[in-house]
Amino acid sequence: MSHVWQYFSDNRSEVFGWLRTTIWLAVVPLVIGLAVSLPIGWFASRFRWAYPPVISFGGLLYTIPSIVIFLALPGILGTGILDPVNVAVALTVYCIALLVRAVADGLASVDRAFLDAASAMGYSTRQRLLAIQLPLAVPAIGAGLRVAAVSNVSLVAVASTLGVSQLGSLFTLGNTTGDTAPIWLGLIMFILLALVIDAVILVGLRAATPWRRALQQ
Amino acid sequence: MIRFDAVTKRYPDGTVAVDGLDLVAETGQITVFVGPSGCGKTTSLRMINRMIEPTSGRIWLDDQDTATINSNELRRGIGYVIQQGGLFPHRTVVDNVATVPVLLGENRRQARRKALELLEQVGLPPAFASRYPAQLSGGQQQRVGVARALAADPPVMLMDEPFSAVDPVVRSQLQDEFLRLQGELGKTIVFVTHDIDEAIKMGDQVAVFRVGGHLAQMSTPRELLTNPADSFVAGFVGRDRGYRALGFTAAGELPLRAEAVVALGEPLETVRDRASDGWVLVVDSQQHPQGWLSVAAAAGAQAGTPGNVTEGMLNLGGTLATEDSSLRAALDAALSSPSGRGVVVGTEGSVLGTVTASQVLARIEHERAVASLASDAK
Repeated sequence: MSHVWQYFSDNRSEVFGWLRTTIWLAVVPLVIGLAVSLPIGWFASRFRWAYPPVISFGGLLYTIPSIVIFLALPGILGTGILDPVNVAVALTVYCIALLVRAVADGLASVDRAFLDAASAMGYSTRQRLLAIQLPLAVPAIGAGLRVAAVSNVSLVAVASTLGVSQLGSLFTLGNTTGDTAPIWLGLIMFILLALVIDAVILVGLRAATPWRRALQQ
Repeated sequence: MIRFDAVTKRYPDGTVAVDGLDLVAETGQITVFVGPSGCGKTTSLRMINRMIEPTSGRIWLDDQDTATINSNELRRGIGYVIQQGGLFPHRTVVDNVATVPVLLGENRRQARRKALELLEQVGLPPAFASRYPAQLSGGQQQRVGVARALAADPPVMLMDEPFSAVDPVVRSQLQDEFLRLQGELGKTIVFVTHDIDEAIKMGDQVAVFRVGGHLAQMSTPRELLTNPADSFVAGFVGRDRGYRALGFTAAGELPLRAEAVVALGEPLETVRDRASDGWVLVVDSQQHPQGWLSVAAAAGAQAGTPGNVTEGMLNLGGTLATEDSSLRAALDAALSSPSGRGVVVGTEGSVLGTVTASQVLARIEHERAVASLASDAK
């Protein structure tokens, strides 16, 4: 363990730079993915005929091996092969694949009685979605968001094979030099990063749903 | 006034939920829709605020055809209470109550202040305002549901089985309080229930629906009990109709017999002196009746040694009638009393005297004779 610490101390500034890139790569796709998934998920939950094709397509996206997307994207987007944007776009696609289903199922799981009550009180369909249905679906969407976040972090590690400089580079580095220290360091940092991002989302969800704690009492 | 004009609801699969309904719910009254499941009572209710659109026919709100009003605006002007309150679980009690005023554009602070007043009006302490619905009992949630429906002070209220999800004791309490509230507010209310007893208790007018969305009878509760339109209504209204109908006739001035009473704590010897037919009425220091004591029980308790009258010795079987009770309450007091003498109390709860079942029956016969004379005169 001591030589892992030693390695970290020697390469601190470089490792922190990689950490920043990794956080960026893990978080930005999550945010964009959520923003894109909300309307698509709503659409799938609102129109019964749209649900099966939308959800199947999402599942299909998720089955494409990540390495294929990473390699195909530069051709599609016209970006350089080492451009981190490729990774961000690929991860966004995976987030959408996971989150569309969480959003659609979350919105559909809201008890009909609350929606009827809202309509009977004079909410328009849009007001009802934003003020009643979406807030009540937050716990279900949040659960999907946590899965997507952790899955994102692990996929960033895979993206290191492309040569984009981020924490995953520790693995390729350890592999080529035969030194186990960077590999251990990378492992520890990825696990910590996943835990921290998960914790941040959890705290955010708790703050957004104070009524859930009332339910558990 | 709400008027159904030949309203029919037919679903695409051919089922007819409501069939040519003509009906008027009068202003300031509670009109109850009652019937077995599948009779179209809830469908009819939901067509009033256009949660369900009629296939044909019109529903009028005073002189306006509801089909011509924007449905969201129509609904904001109609209070709505559903089973279990239908409260939004993610909003505090006060914000639930303020829902419609905020939708109508009132500022949130003002709406909350008004909501607090409403909570008080439905009997909830202000401390409940910041709680979430899940932290309230079923009965408390129902009260919040009623407060929410009243928040924008709508002239019309729709209530869909509002008290059915709570236990019988709480239900009866909520019903009593709601009737008291309605006495002050005088809203035009349509109230749906499957419980005929609730319909008879709550309704100024009761509309009995039969399966297939037909109106079987529309009348006052009393008329429903004494003169059901057909065998379906008679069967639905159920047993003990004659007895229950007595609930709608005031007992009037009954020939009360002055009762010699024993107070709690008086010596047991006094029981034998004051008892009549083996029973004496026991009261507290304010002359409020506590129960009946038999001479035999008093002698047994005494067992040769002197003692005092205590609560544990009493028979608590008898119900009480008040001086302005119905014939039903008076008869029940007499029938339930172990001495055969029904206790009648004043409005402040002290004993006025007793009445026997045969005296109440004589009064019923008298009422009937008067009624038949009146109908002959017509």
